[in-house]
Amino acid sequence: MLHLFVIFLSAILVNNFVLTRFLGICPFLGVSRRVETALGMGMAVIFVMTLASLVTNLIYNLVLVPLNLLFLHIITFILVIASLVQLVEIVLEKISPALYRALGIYLPLITTNCAILGLALLNVIKGHNAIQAIFFGLGAGIGFALALLIMAGIRERLELADVPVALQGAAITLITAGLLSLAFMGFSGLVKL
Amino acid sequence: MVNPIILSVSVLGGLGLLAGSGLAYASKKFVSKIDPKVEAILEALPRANCGACGFAGCSGFAKALVEEKAQANGCIPGGEGVANQVASILGVEVEVREKRIAKILCYHRGASQTQFDYQGLESCRAAALLFGGDKACLYSCLGLGDCIEVCPFGAITLIKGRIEIDEEKCTGCGKCISICPKEVIALVPEEKKVHVLCNSKDKGAIVRKICKEGCIGCGICVKVCPEGAITLKDNLAYINYEKCTECGVCVEKCPTHVIEMVNG
Repeated sequence: MLHLFVIFLSAILVNNFVLTRFLGICPFLGVSRRVETALGMGMAVIFVMTLASLVTNLIYNLVLVPLNLLFLHIITFILVIASLVQLVEIVLEKISPALYRALGIYLPLITTNCAILGLALLNVIKGHNAIQAIFFGLGAGIGFALALLIMAGIRERLELADVPVALQGAAITLITAGLLSLAFMGFSGLVKL
Repeated sequence: MVNPIILSVSVLGGLGLLAGSGLAYASKKFVSKIDPKVEAILEALPRANCGACGFAGCSGFAKALVEEKAQANGCIPGGEGVANQVASILGVEVEVREKRIAKILCYHRGASQTQFDYQGLESCRAAALLFGGDKACLYSCLGLGDCIEVCPFGAITLIKGRIEIDEEKCTGCGKCISICPKEVIALVPEEKKVHVLCNSKDKGAIVRKICKEGCIGCGICVKVCPEGAITLKDNLAYINYEKCTECGVCVEKCPTHVIEMVNG
């Protein structure tokens, strides 16, 4: 039980996917302009990450390992994640149009996100079982959403700040991201995995 | 032991087949109804996704139309033809909107006198960050062609160092206007032929020094215009297109020849 909690917490804070592992930087910079959209994206990522983590883990352990086809894991994960997200989108549109609209374009965008594939591969490297994979996926998703929300909050304030002309736009965003990443380094002693 | 090549192909193929058939089943089972009106309207729209209507692309506009959140004549690039089509699909009346096109209000259109040698990113927005660009005139067109890139209709080209807008192709969507860092492009009524080709709000003495064809704010055009259609604001002449009759008196009298009559 404690081990699961450690996996969960370390995925959120210590090994934050965006700020420590530098995965999923594209949506981190792209959708962090408004807190509202960041929240939508964050929710979509938490949802997809947890699901994808579990499914890819099951396929790896139940199909690829017994058949001794470990070298196929990357292409299999891509296939599984892409069709999974599509499936979720189709089902969601029918079952809950409100949630579908809230997640909007972010859901299909996540399909090609490196953070998801990175998550599946890290599950393999760390040798997680299915339950550990669920917690790892959930933690990673929450960590991503957290980083996105912090960034969006800062960027909303930055719009009111008097930024020097040469630093406006992408430049100050990257500097902010770097400082945030430095701040998250402070968590690195929290747990040891 | 099965040949690993055959095994891997069949496993991957099987997974693909499984995922594909699952998706096909789901898309049949969970089919969501799309309003046929939305599709019909989408057919009629230009599908340039320029966003001039204020909605996210043509599909967003089509949806808004069906939900009665948008006007039938909201599609600016489509003009009268599309507005009529959309109105007939929706069964509403439409008022025709006057067609407007983009016009660069700078005589030199990118070939004006420079004050230093700019070597950098070939983009107006980048150049404008450096002392407002390499042109001597702060209000001048920089001619690096950000508008060319952004035009969804390919109406803007660079010919011999000058930006040219093809009046036939221009639909007046206004994308070039929002990207131009110098705000030197304006929407003008298509059938009006007389324009002040200057954007400079500098005093006449400064304009004279840096540009032979700039508006010096002398006010002669204001005095000679028989219709009272020209006003002077910030050392720059503005034509009120509603009053202008294209008599051409101002074109003749302008000392710097910055008021132009386009041969229509």
